[in-house]
Parts: sequence; C-alpha cells; structure tokens
Amino acid sequence: MSKIVIIGNSAAAIGCVEGVRSVDKFSEILIISSEKYHTYSRPLISYLLYGKTDEQRMKYRPDSFYADNLVDVMLGKTVTAIDPKKHNVKLESGEVIGYDKLLIATGSSPFVPPMKGLDTVENKFTFMTLDDAHALGEAIKPDSKVLVIGAGLIGLKCVEGIADKVGQITVVDMADRILPSVLDAEGAQIVQESIEKHGVSFYLNDSTDEIFPDKAILKSGAEVEFDILVVAVGVRPNISLLKDVGGECGRAIKTNNKCETSVKDIYAAGDCTESYDITIGAERVLALLPNAYLQGEAAGVNMGGGEKTYDNAIPMNAMGMFGYHMITAGSYDGNVYTEREGENYKKLFYKNNRLMGYIMIGDIKRAGIYTALIKNQTPLDSIDFELIKRKPQLMAFSAEKRYADLAQSH
Amino acid sequence: MKRIYVNEKWCLGCHLCEYYCAYANSGKDSMVNALKGVAINPKIQVEEGNGINFAVSCRHCENPLCVKSCITGALTIEDGVISFNHDKCVGCYTCILSCPYGCIMPDSEGHAVQKCELCTKNACGEPACVSGCPNNAIVFEER
Repeated sequence: MSKIVIIGNSAAAIGCVEGVRSVDKFSEILIISSEKYHTYSRPLISYLLYGKTDEQRMKYRPDSFYADNLVDVMLGKTVTAIDPKKHNVKLESGEVIGYDKLLIATGSSPFVPPMKGLDTVENKFTFMTLDDAHALGEAIKPDSKVLVIGAGLIGLKCVEGIADKVGQITVVDMADRILPSVLDAEGAQIVQESIEKHGVSFYLNDSTDEIFPDKAILKSGAEVEFDILVVAVGVRPNISLLKDVGGECGRAIKTNNKCETSVKDIYAAGDCTESYDITIGAERVLALLPNAYLQGEAAGVNMGGGEKTYDNAIPMNAMGMFGYHMITAGSYDGNVYTEREGENYKKLFYKNNRLMGYIMIGDIKRAGIYTALIKNQTPLDSIDFELIKRKPQLMAFSAEKRYADLAQSH
Repeated sequence: MKRIYVNEKWCLGCHLCEYYCAYANSGKDSMVNALKGVAINPKIQVEEGNGINFAVSCRHCENPLCVKSCITGALTIEDGVISFNHDKCVGCYTCILSCPYGCIMPDSEGHAVQKCELCTKNACGEPACVSGCPNNAIVFEER
C-alpha cells in the first residue's frame, strides 16, 4: 500500500484515480487542487453560458465519486513546490504532504501576450475555468460589444456560448483562418461563413495595434468598438513544479510511455505534458480531454502497480458551432481526397499506405472508423480504401476483421 | 456478459432490426404509431453491399474509448453495459470521433447522441433487434 498524491482535479486526475483503482483498491489517494470545485468538465464552460448545461450536470463525475473511490481531496489548495528527495509537496498554506508516487496533472493556463493598452481595459477575461465563465457570464449584457482575440477552439466556443446574450461580437486572429490548429483553409472558410450568419464578425490576418478602454485599433487600420474583451490566443502548459526540480521539459513536461517524468516516482498527464503524436512521429502538446483522460489512466495503472502504456496519441477534435459540427483527427499531410456537397465537407489525407488525417464538417457520421484507421496505422491496402473513402464503414474491412469486431467480445 | 453478436452469413439485409430498434425506443405502444410516416433513426444499422449484409450496434467494449473520451461523463459502464445519460450530454460528438465501430450517432433532434443500451432502458428488457431478426443473424449471448 502506498500513498498516491495527484496535483489537479480534471480529466487526467480523474483518469489517474480510475486507473489506480482498476489495479489497486486500497492505496491512499489524495487529490490537491487549486480550484475549489468538485471535478468538472472544463470544455463545458461554454455550454454553461450557452445554457445547455448547468453546474450540477457539468460535473465530470458523480457527487459520490471521491467517496466511491476512497479518494481524499484538498480543494482550493495550491502546491507551490515538490521535494523529490523527501518525497513531499509543499502547499501555499505552508502544509507539507508526503507521497510515494506523485501525478502532476496541472493542465495549462491562458496565455495573455503583451498588447499595447491592455492595462487600460477594465472588463477583460480569459476563458478556461468555471470562475472565468462565471465572471464573463456576469459581465455580459444584451447590448454588450464583445471583442474576442483568438479564433481557436477556446475563443470560438466562447463566442458560441455568449452569442445570443450580447449585442455584438468581433473576433480577431493573427492567423489567416479560424481554427488554424483544427481546420484547413477551405474547411475554415466554410465554418467561418456559417458562424458569420450568427452575426459574428471576423478580422483575420490581423491583430491589435493598440487597445483603448472602449475600442481597439487593429494593425490593418480597422477600428473595433468593444466594452468586453476576451483574450483567447492560446494556453501555456503548467510545468513549473517539475521544471523547478530539474525535470525534463520541452514545451511541456516530457514523459515516457508509462507517463513517468524524468524524476523518480513523479508521473505527469494531461495538458501539462507532451505526447508522442504518431501521425508526425514527434512529441507535441495534445491538449485534448480524451488524451488527458487516457494518459491519466495509464499513469494511474502504473502508479497502482499495474502496467499500461500510453502510446498511440493523435490530435483529434469534435466541435460544434451553433449546431454545425466538425470532427477532425491526425495530420493533414499527403494525398488528399475531397468531397464537398452542400453543407458537407470531407477531406482525407493519406500517404505511405496509411490514413494520416481527416476533416469532416456537417456529415460527421461514423467518423471514429477513420480515427481508428489512423490510430491503428492500418495499411490501406489491407482494406477497401475506395469504399471507405466515400463513407466510413466496416464493410471495407476483411471478413476476418469484421468477425473479430462483430462476432467476438472485446 | 451477454452481448449482441452478428453472423453476416445469415443476415438477409431486411433491415427489420432497424425497425424493431426504432419501435422499441420510441416509447409508443404499437409499431404503426411508432413508425408510420417516421424517418427512423435506429441505434443499429445495417451495412449492405456485394451480397454481404450485416447489422452493427454498440459492441459494449471492455475498454470503451467512447466512455474514456466523453467530455461530460454522460457515458459510463454499468455492469458491463455502456450506458448513456441523455441529461448530461451536450452533443459535442467526441464519442462519435472515438468509437472505432461507428456505433454512436446523433439523435433525431441533433442536440445529443444515442447508442444501443441493449434495451435495458425501454420496455423490451431484451434486445428488440435480436427477437425481431427473422433469421437469427443477430443473437444476444455470452461469448
């Protein structure tokens, strides 16, 4: 029996708890979290503003989760330092807590770049936590003019969340298209047009030159009036706890495929880590909830004395904007197969006999069949690629594979 | 645990499983009321082609990627059954992105998903697709 301490209380932390408990029912588990809330799903904060969920329903696990899994929690407490030699963590409050194994699941924080005049703005927000959502939700009024800096996932989900509750929304991004990390240029154009129908204006290839309390002057010369500013240009992994003790970090914490960091008995998972992306053959930050859970789960199994590797990560996203859905995965590299019909748009990217990535907008049915081709690195000459190109379907696989999928338990 | 398995050699491609599924989950007391004039959106789907047909529905995987990827906690494992809580679902479709078998789909309103729960939550008790299959191509058993 050992003592497992988890810093963080979101998807990776919960994955860790469930991972540990799948192999070890009795070890002590302690969650320490800066936020004071029961575990909640961070991506749901936009749905909270949108009115599609509420604080009870956005809990990531039931109220009884900690009790059911014999987990102690210290909420509203921040870890300030780790002492790997003494195997303990120090809290802001001065308390010192020992561990046998430690998971760093500290996530990421909004990055607010230096912008001229930003200090003069009173109503400015980031959009990452439940507190951020509460603050923004209280500030907006039916006649608010909102300026969102950043047309990535966070910025646009924020836009969706508040669109019906404010008078005007303008989005500015330095990139030449919306959702630059998720969509190609053509797909981005399609989605942008659909968002514009909801009264949202975009300035792309542009950024603020100077911000005043009630307006922003953009590099292009355009002037945007606002009374609420949301900064959503990106996030930075929270790596300082490990970096401070000499743990290996790149853009984020480096881990091996057992989710161990370079420091003994310290594991890491979630948005604060890098993952090995099999579609590019390199490590990168994949700040996505499913990856965070799976990484946390693998860490937990290993921390609990079992064995589990986390080794086929790929970028992937499912996102809707005003009921218009897109699902994407992998890397957009290689030969391209395109279908475009009405509101539906699909691109498959393939090379070296493998599916590398895909984009589906509108019709997203059975997208996971494509995701599995990428994750499993299925040789395309082992399936009927011409058939599966047109529609994701199990018919394209061999009879043996179908038998294994549909006539055997797994 | 008992799961649904299909034998594609026996599947006639009649799509009756889809109609029984839609009826079972409609909450209506007769098949006519449930299906007449309705574009069905069943949780089991028949794939057809080149003389091969088979039905596909949730595999109730032991290592369910949909559950692990669900951003809300709407998908859970209950006694081996991959269960769905409509109340918690926000329709983000991350499960559709994740399911390797393509067995989770948007529901008819498009604000949430739907999936086979082995008729545990409707009046049937036993999977309606299985009892409605005229050629035993779909079975519900331990394997």
